[in-house]
Amino acid sequence: MSQVEMVVNGRKVSGTVEDRTLLVHYLREHLGMTGTHVGCDTSQCGACVVHMDGKAVKSCSILAAQASGSDIVTIEGLANGADLHPVQAAFREHHGLQCGFCTPGMIMAATDMIARHPEGLDEKTVRAELEGNICRCTGYHNIVKAILAASKAMGKAGKGKTKKAA
Amino acid sequence: MYSTNYHRASSVADAVKLLKKADDGKFVSGGMTLIPAMKTRLAAPSDLVDLRHVPELKGVKISGKTVTIGAATTHAEVAANAKLASVCPAICNLAAHIGDPHVRHMGTIGGSIANNDPAADYPAALLALGATIFTNKREIAADKFFTGLFETALKDDEVITAVAFTAPAKCGYAKFPNPASRYAMTGVFVAKAKDGVRVAVTGAGEDGVFRSKEIEAALSKKFDASALEGVSVSAGTLMSDIHANAEYRANLVVVMAKRAVASANG
Repeated sequence: MSQVEMVVNGRKVSGTVEDRTLLVHYLREHLGMTGTHVGCDTSQCGACVVHMDGKAVKSCSILAAQASGSDIVTIEGLANGADLHPVQAAFREHHGLQCGFCTPGMIMAATDMIARHPEGLDEKTVRAELEGNICRCTGYHNIVKAILAASKAMGKAGKGKTKKAA
Repeated sequence: MYSTNYHRASSVADAVKLLKKADDGKFVSGGMTLIPAMKTRLAAPSDLVDLRHVPELKGVKISGKTVTIGAATTHAEVAANAKLASVCPAICNLAAHIGDPHVRHMGTIGGSIANNDPAADYPAALLALGATIFTNKREIAADKFFTGLFETALKDDEVITAVAFTAPAKCGYAKFPNPASRYAMTGVFVAKAKDGVRVAVTGAGEDGVFRSKEIEAALSKKFDASALEGVSVSAGTLMSDIHANAEYRANLVVVMAKRAVASANG
């Protein structure tokens, strides 16, 4: 067993887990935060994407023990109370989801992508950057639109700078 | 996943000590291959020794044309290193196309070459660049390091600490990625240095990464895609699988070599 402790969405958490516990299972089953999804379970689909120390990672391919000591942000950590994060708002506005299963991973990937491209995004870059996220409903078109819109809105709001955690 | 015991190493010496104590332990760095392999029970190490928090294994150093990349440097860090891009852009470009952005945030150069997947990108680069692999015990030339499918010259308790190479006058990489996995169905790295042209092929060989003598000979005469017109490579020792047969890969080797040279000549 491993003693793990980390900061999840700004809250310090700790617990004892089996060493083989995946980060995604720690989040879902130990912390009850089921926003992060398990899709393929073979590290292809990206439904499990969270941010670890500010970087998008696949939480189904990382042990909770490996993540101990880090700062984790999940989909639950993005909105500010009732105010959606700009990427969440853009997904709603542009109908960037249908069944919604991939959406938490898409949004965590999108916020990471926008943070890494403060100069702004174009469609080609967004599509290439979505390599690690699979959606079986939308055909990606509205997801791409939503990310481009969010990138633009956030660029304006923060003059090219984005919130560190998101 | 079968049960395992996780240990976090604080230094290379600590990592070796932890592994020695284990029954059937393995080093883990980014874990982007090992953790999925454990989930599918293809691997079941009794212990994992995590190298990701060892400071001495991290970072890129550039001195003149000599490039040293710490083993625990992630693909994303290599891809985004502007100083490295100014002396050897091809290696940044290669790193930028491994897996996907999330995988690149975790996966490391040391992990990639220690695993020596026959379709991984880095082995082709290191072999073509004539790189040196540094471990806690010795230096190993890339020519001697990659010994077969998922096989390397590494001993069980040997840790890769860094890789180093001299940036050549020109180099380039092109791969035909498998549309699902993004691993190379064939990838070719070409390098033109003072001591000649070296060409390494990944994703195609039955025994993993290899140097293509046919393409090296043609490019030694003229380092240009036109020199590869009419050149063919033997399908004899190439892989056949559900994605492509050996003949198809033999053709891809030449096509990817042409693209790699074109990119090297920029």
